[in-house]
Amino acid sequence: MYNYSDFDEAFVRTRAAQFRAQVERRLDGSLTEDEFRPLRLMNGVYLQLHAYMLRVAIPYGTLRADQMRQLAHIAETYDKGYGHFTTRQNIQFNWPKLTDLPDIIDALADVQMHAIQTSGNTIRNVTTDAFAGAAADEVADPRPVAELIRQWSTDHAEFQFLPRKFKIAITGSAEDRAVIRAHDVGLELVKRGDEIGFKVLVGGGLGRTPMLAPVIREFLPKADLLPYLEAIVSTYNLMGRRDNKYKARIKITVFENGLDTFRAAVEEEFARIRPEFSGVDQEVLAGIEAQFAPPAFKNTPVEFYEKSLAVDPLFKAWATQNLAAHKVENHAIVTVSIKEHGATPGDASADQMRLLADLADRYGYGELRISHEQNVVLPHVAKADLPAIHAELLRAGLATANVGLLSDIIACPGMDYCALATARSIPVAQEIATHFKALGLEEEIGGIKIKISGCINACGHHHVGHIGILGLDRAGVENYQITLGGDAGPLAAIGERAGPGFAYDEVVPAIERILRAYLAIRAGREETFIETFRRLGPAPFKEALYGEARDAA
Amino acid sequence: MSRKFTPKVVTANDLREGCVIYMTETGSWSMYHHEAELIEDEAIAELRLLKALGQGDRIVGAYLADAKAGPKGPEPIHFREVFRTRGPSNYAHGKQEAANV
Repeated sequence: MYNYSDFDEAFVRTRAAQFRAQVERRLDGSLTEDEFRPLRLMNGVYLQLHAYMLRVAIPYGTLRADQMRQLAHIAETYDKGYGHFTTRQNIQFNWPKLTDLPDIIDALADVQMHAIQTSGNTIRNVTTDAFAGAAADEVADPRPVAELIRQWSTDHAEFQFLPRKFKIAITGSAEDRAVIRAHDVGLELVKRGDEIGFKVLVGGGLGRTPMLAPVIREFLPKADLLPYLEAIVSTYNLMGRRDNKYKARIKITVFENGLDTFRAAVEEEFARIRPEFSGVDQEVLAGIEAQFAPPAFKNTPVEFYEKSLAVDPLFKAWATQNLAAHKVENHAIVTVSIKEHGATPGDASADQMRLLADLADRYGYGELRISHEQNVVLPHVAKADLPAIHAELLRAGLATANVGLLSDIIACPGMDYCALATARSIPVAQEIATHFKALGLEEEIGGIKIKISGCINACGHHHVGHIGILGLDRAGVENYQITLGGDAGPLAAIGERAGPGFAYDEVVPAIERILRAYLAIRAGREETFIETFRRLGPAPFKEALYGEARDAA
Repeated sequence: MSRKFTPKVVTANDLREGCVIYMTETGSWSMYHHEAELIEDEAIAELRLLKALGQGDRIVGAYLADAKAGPKGPEPIHFREVFRTRGPSNYAHGKQEAANV
């Protein structure tokens, strides 16, 4: 994993010291809020409904065990004993005091972390596949490239005041567990012959105008990445709209100008600046790649694991749901669900963080990941150690075997925390999870992605949920729109609105009607909800939601 | 044609702590909505907001929120403001936390 260079260390410490001075000047009245706001936002400090909020970057979702312990320490010392993992693989603290924030930023710097560029119209934290570097199906580990992009984009003088925020996601696998088509720039590592390069997508995004990114370059040689990215962001910086906040994202720039026009401008800029990239970036990348060398995987036999599968049904259920294929045969990728039925999606207590850090140290080569689906991943675990890990997770209430199932819901903080929200998301997620657990239907329903956003900005990715739920304010009352048929994977799709929205207490019954309809019409247990939707379209589900009355109306 | 003015309270967040606060009749700040001044006149509401905005060394993000008279004092109208009087629904944090009541 990446370790800060002297340059990184000095930069982060300098910014921490500057922030401390900025807070002091705000508190002594030297800075007005208008002057202070952009400064605090540059350091991830928001003002939310009930308190300040600090968003800390977890670069490409990768954490060392000691960093996770420090997050636990911060949660306990300065917050209310928990943190919230987000759909952008970051962590948010919901209750920091302004007076404590300089100390928190220092505590982060102590473990090579920061909150820089987690807000503002800059290039944000690069996200990637939570299974990166471990997945059996990847072309290459995308994290070294993500780190290169982090170094290039951090404090990049030209890109500190873009028309709007800018999000880059990268995947090393065609399975796309990073939702690259919903990002401003999506990168997929691909192979042409023996050469590794990138498929480059541009102009995707969710929010009020959801769009899936088209491909701007089918194959970009690896060494051309930074000049090409720089050409894209420069072109957007000039061509992007600044007259209307809602039309300022690159998806609108690409859509309004047309992909061909945008591409031509990018290629022209690329040709102009390419010679300036002398190859230093590739030397830096080689150095980064060396730091991401895989750990020395243990050569332990798998017999004990296989025996446990045969004799322990609880372990088997967990293994079936929460493990993914590792590139090394005798290892597995463990997704620890922090979404016990009724829990807040993405929230982890300080105790849970510490346990996960300890498990990572003892069994996982000290590595952890945060998934965009708001779970914690131990990317490298020898299969022989899985029964022991499962037993410890069970004792801590972290062995919920629901990854990929109905209760593994993505939800934004919604109006329980967020100042932008128009309705609550968290209690809707909690009630869906507990309701279907009580019905005993979760396993029967099988794989499904439910995603909930508390406003049109779509942090909860509702557009790409198989079932999406969007909370709105309709004349002073919470109202929830349901979308159907979205998908975040390689068959990415924007869900379509089913019809009129539902009141807060009508949402769970509405979801139940959809899912009971699915159970009645699916071709068999093997056909998942989204497959049934793709086969039959929305009609049977709309019928279940609204009945015949709507057709007659 | 003038629209009927909905009474308002001045609300903000405490600069240091971040917690939700309300302006009282004396111009001080209270943690509790029912202790806020219910302002029934639009011009006065604007003046009270200006007074709040002038206290940038104490508070942040002041605005006028719709409210109505209740038995204990002003009550919020919109659900967003109701949530701000108590805290999130997933944990007993914020104002509903025992220590703050």
